[in-house]
Amino acid sequence: MTQDESPSRKGFFTDTSVCIGCKACEVACKEWNMVPEDGLDFLAMSFDNTGRLSADTWRHVAFIEQREPLGHQDSGVGRPAGEGPGPVNLGMPSFGLPGQRTGEHDEAEGGDFRWLMSSDVCKHCTSAACLDVCPTGALFRTEFDTVVVQEDICNGCGYCVPACPYGVIDRREVDGRAWKCTLCYDRLGAGMEPACAKACPTDSIQFGDVDELRERARKRVEDLHEAGVSSARLYGEDPDNGVDGTGAFFLLLDEPEVYGLPPDPVVTTRDLPSMWRHAGAAALVLLAGATAAFAGRRS
Amino acid sequence: MSVWTWLGSWPVLRQVTGEDRMGLGSAARSERSERLRPRTAEADRVVKSVCPYCAVGCGQNVYVRDEKVVQIEGDPDSPISRGRLCPKGSASLQLTTGPSRRDKVLYRPPHGTDWEELDLDTAMRMVADRVVRTREETWEEEYEGRRVARTLGIASLGGATLDNEENYLIKKLFTALGVIQVENQARVCHSSTVAGLGTSFGRGGATMFLQDLQNSDCIVIEGSNFAEAHPVGFQWVMEAKARGAVVIHVDPRFSRTSALADLHVPIRAGTDIAFLGAIINHVLTEEKYFHDYVLEYTNAATIVGEDFRDTEDLDGLFSGFSGEDRSYDVTSWSYDGTEVAAASGDRGQLYRSQGDPHPSTRHSGRPEQHGSGGAVIRNPPRVDRTLTDPRTVFQVLKRHYSRYTPELVEEVCGIPRDVFERVCEHLTSNSGPDRTSAFCYAVGWTQHTVGSQYIRTASILQLLLGNIGRPGGGIQALRGHASIQGSSDVPTLFDLLPGYLPMPHMQEEQDLEGYVKAAGEPLKGFWSNMDAYTVSLLKAWWGEHATVENDFLFDYLPRLSGSHSTYDTVMAQIDGVCKGYFLMGENPTVGSANSRAQRFGMAELDWLVVRDFSLIESATWWKDGPEIESGEMRTEDISTEVFFFPAAAHTEKSGTFTNTNRTLQWHDRAVQPSGDRRSDLWFMYHLGLLLRERLHGSEDPKDRPLLDLTWDYPMEEGDDPSAEAVLREINGHDAQGRPLSMYTQLRADGSTSCGCWIYCGVFKDGVNQAARKRPGREQDWIAAEWAWSWPDNRRVLYNRASADPEGHPWSERKALVWWDEESGRWSGYDVADFEPDKAPGYRPSDDARGVAALSGVDPFIMQADGKGWLYAPAGLNDGPMPTHYEPQDTPFTNPLYGHQRNPTRVLYPHELNRYHPAPDTPEASVFPYVVTTYRLTEHFTAGGMSRWTPYLSELQPEFFCEVGPELAAEEGLEHGGWATIVTARNAIEARVLVTDRMKPLRVQGRTVHQIGLPYHWGPNGYSTGDAANELMSISLDPNVHIQEVKALTAHIRPGRRPRGPERVALVEEYRDRARITERTGTED
Repeated sequence: MTQDESPSRKGFFTDTSVCIGCKACEVACKEWNMVPEDGLDFLAMSFDNTGRLSADTWRHVAFIEQREPLGHQDSGVGRPAGEGPGPVNLGMPSFGLPGQRTGEHDEAEGGDFRWLMSSDVCKHCTSAACLDVCPTGALFRTEFDTVVVQEDICNGCGYCVPACPYGVIDRREVDGRAWKCTLCYDRLGAGMEPACAKACPTDSIQFGDVDELRERARKRVEDLHEAGVSSARLYGEDPDNGVDGTGAFFLLLDEPEVYGLPPDPVVTTRDLPSMWRHAGAAALVLLAGATAAFAGRRS
Repeated sequence: MSVWTWLGSWPVLRQVTGEDRMGLGSAARSERSERLRPRTAEADRVVKSVCPYCAVGCGQNVYVRDEKVVQIEGDPDSPISRGRLCPKGSASLQLTTGPSRRDKVLYRPPHGTDWEELDLDTAMRMVADRVVRTREETWEEEYEGRRVARTLGIASLGGATLDNEENYLIKKLFTALGVIQVENQARVCHSSTVAGLGTSFGRGGATMFLQDLQNSDCIVIEGSNFAEAHPVGFQWVMEAKARGAVVIHVDPRFSRTSALADLHVPIRAGTDIAFLGAIINHVLTEEKYFHDYVLEYTNAATIVGEDFRDTEDLDGLFSGFSGEDRSYDVTSWSYDGTEVAAASGDRGQLYRSQGDPHPSTRHSGRPEQHGSGGAVIRNPPRVDRTLTDPRTVFQVLKRHYSRYTPELVEEVCGIPRDVFERVCEHLTSNSGPDRTSAFCYAVGWTQHTVGSQYIRTASILQLLLGNIGRPGGGIQALRGHASIQGSSDVPTLFDLLPGYLPMPHMQEEQDLEGYVKAAGEPLKGFWSNMDAYTVSLLKAWWGEHATVENDFLFDYLPRLSGSHSTYDTVMAQIDGVCKGYFLMGENPTVGSANSRAQRFGMAELDWLVVRDFSLIESATWWKDGPEIESGEMRTEDISTEVFFFPAAAHTEKSGTFTNTNRTLQWHDRAVQPSGDRRSDLWFMYHLGLLLRERLHGSEDPKDRPLLDLTWDYPMEEGDDPSAEAVLREINGHDAQGRPLSMYTQLRADGSTSCGCWIYCGVFKDGVNQAARKRPGREQDWIAAEWAWSWPDNRRVLYNRASADPEGHPWSERKALVWWDEESGRWSGYDVADFEPDKAPGYRPSDDARGVAALSGVDPFIMQADGKGWLYAPAGLNDGPMPTHYEPQDTPFTNPLYGHQRNPTRVLYPHELNRYHPAPDTPEASVFPYVVTTYRLTEHFTAGGMSRWTPYLSELQPEFFCEVGPELAAEEGLEHGGWATIVTARNAIEARVLVTDRMKPLRVQGRTVHQIGLPYHWGPNGYSTGDAANELMSISLDPNVHIQEVKALTAHIRPGRRPRGPERVALVEEYRDRARITERTGTED
């Protein structure tokens, strides 16, 4: 199939404002892709016992507990302006002498609180460094414009691992090969949606044509802003960002760092051409110098 | 392969000749990628099923290839789940096909130290022999001089995870054997729902269905961790929210539900009646109630008898209390001039003097019979439609709640006044003709010593606001097992027969007439046909043997003499009365209160039969239980024989689950179970055959019920009885064998047969209505052609109330059913929960009785007066109106009354079941913290279906406790470290999660810290931990015997718990320090 005949680009829009942190995406992904269970580790990181994306975790739900005087729970969806409650001060009583607290945050005025949940996944970058550096052709760009590791080709060299600006791709310990989300490449071929998006109880994970998803995402942010959720923002969808836009992008309610996402990722191979150019120039200069030296001696 | 093909597959050539010059796309495509197809596309067949976990009842598609299940995912056709699944549902492939499921029968001989393998046939024969022997040895023909014809030597527990058909056979066979101690998870989860909703509205099921939440304008989630325990159902809350609804979560913890709510209201566990009572007070004093609705559809105008005294008059007691046996004579609660056939009260009163603690029906779980039929009153009450007479229900209610103020809420619940007022504002501004609000609750409300009254409080509030029977309004009782509604409807419960008919009690109910007289014959409503329901049931069970002449073999039913709930059974086991025990998919040493007492009970058994997927804690305690570790028990000393039978999964059997919407959903068998795995239908049926074989030809009258039992079901593939045939029997048929289509066709003359009258119609027209699968997207939100709901496929109960007295919708926005003048019938989106042609203007004559006595403005057709009950003159054992009492174990005194706790609560003082000191004593400080328990999304109930499943276990790998930073500082608890939690019952350890989500509250001028404990763990399985229920006492609601595990006290200390005998010593030390005796906690 040539690029021209390709179906439109497919991707995920993960709207974290409606995520209930149920982790259905993690399980549905593992069940479908037969990803191995990877150990019982109690991490004491809120309700996150998965930790991070890895060769054995292709969807990961992050949990962030924030004590912030936000006015009200910031997860309101689509409430038309003017309706519903205004900012809510829970006005909960506070206790203890200053300095007695052991929590990470200082006692906030009003004592309001929020618990952010967000399902992370491979971003399927427009400019994907993992793909660029793969020496075997195991990583390839599919007709859906997604980035997939072909398990029958991968030789486990691991070049892709440091290349990923998001730290997504990873080698599996037992076989050394690189594994990550395929956006359920096999299901896409049959017109099915990826397992995680299908399972998601609240449609926090939406699958579809990237163009349409981008539009939907922007509309959603507008609605949330209108509803007073000023912290809503999109992450990754911008085609002018460091990876030229991602196929899987997010609506976040805080800075990306809060969710463990890099604020301004850049495709690690972006500078390769200029590096080669510089190296070439340097080589030329060296060569010229050497030539000059020889030429000078002769003269 | 030709040379050209071979060359064409060479990537370099593709790269050079194709468009992918960089070799990053199609040129790099591998052979595997070229051939890649989803495994679902290669399935031989797709089988329609239903998720086996919680009671949302998500549709599943099961993909089968080569007779193996290869994938399970959500069924997009389901209007309930819309194709979505939570992590548990998503893991059901691993649950059903994973290696942790056993497939061989195991046997542990008396005093044996390990399991032995046994073949299935031998094991079945051995079990049958033991049933016959134990039954013979423990048969009780008479009790206290009255015929009971039963055995207390055998008990059974479990059913909520099974199909309705399986529950039906369990109840049918055991009842015929004279086994009355038949119980299931519904007892410990939602029995108080049945009593609370039943006495308020006439039926014990949720008044609405999940999808209807999308029409709500305000959703109050209280006593429920909705988003975590029912994630896929929660999509309808999110849907409502997207449409502008306000979502409020009232809960001691900030959970994943709170995270999505507009407002989280932290509350001290165990104080919800004070909170809701204050909202009732607000609604009444601020005149925010829906006046016309209240006047026409509730009993607000009814006049209460002059003998009635309120808790306000008697310092926390209602009139009629007897301190001697801690119970009420409820006659003084009656309406003025009416006779009540209280399910519990007056009859029990008659026998109180006999001095037996149990003989009255009061303890026989009678309030649970209101699952489909309200309490009985026999003559028309007086009314004052101006609502001004001081003895009207309206005025009585007003006085009762007058002291439930915002200030009291602050003092009792720890909720600041302004937050309380905000809740009131949301709720009242979103109720009325044009708007509706819904309440969603679960076991955070039910599991209290005042559990039934929690539900009553919400019912009163929703009636006052006019939110019952209307779109987006109602009370959603969120149930947590796939068929826990079904196992109440087709009950594996000691106090019920199918369809909420009461199990006959030895008093007064020795014949059919006495039974109907005692429990039936209300003034009006459909409960007045209970004789027809009963006779039809007897015909279903004993077929042609049951005739008019022999009283339809009513005598074949064993009799109750008091409470025979699962906790009474545990005590009976400890006492050596109960010798044989069946566990059918239930794990009481983890899931029921006081795990230790559960094990001590089992250690006294002669034999134990466990049917489950894996070796759960209740199957292996004799070998590796905590008492073995502590040295309190020695395996060699335990004489209990244990049989383990591997059970079939939902994919391996056909049948129906009844979900939390009261919807019966059929699931088809996808594959045959392998090895010794069998369905419970198979197990019960074949056990029945073996028992009949053993007693064949017996002339002993006690064997006749079994030998005359209809026990002849057609076989399906293999030797599994046909579940569809069982469902047909449940549906019922007429004298010609034609399937019935509605319960109104049932007759008391023996011409009809019906195994469960409220399920009559599920086989309407001979079609399995539960198997209907018309996709939700092709229907309106009611989705009437998806499966079938009881009763009569009505999705919103009491929906007559969605129209005004004249039959017009209260508003266009909230139209549901209405009177169509032209056709002379009720019309609308839903099937009217009303006689279809009874006009709104119909008024019965004075001498009308029964159904004819229901007027055109009586929406509550199962109630004896056709009204929603703000005040329950009968039906409950602990009061006509909910009253705030402190939990059994509490750190605070009750500021409202001298009587601190529910005066009628049921206690079992025992060495294994000690209670904590009263809050006003110095010893109370030994257990200063409040504990509450809950579920996590990633696990399921007692863990049998999640802790063995790696994909779920890794998400929540260890038992943990949640504490606030203030408490952590106070006790030196380290985040991520270990803590030991101690009560007078036991000590357990848990990993520590210090979180701001656990808020200390200010109550009665001091700070109270709360500790959260998920209750899923036990020592077996892949993910292990101590069981939270080790800490719990057995202290029960007096109506339905549900245990209080949602609010108690404990101490917490850093570090792991001691091992071996030192754990017991630690608990002893606490007991000594708290000076705990047999009397402790039994005071008022």
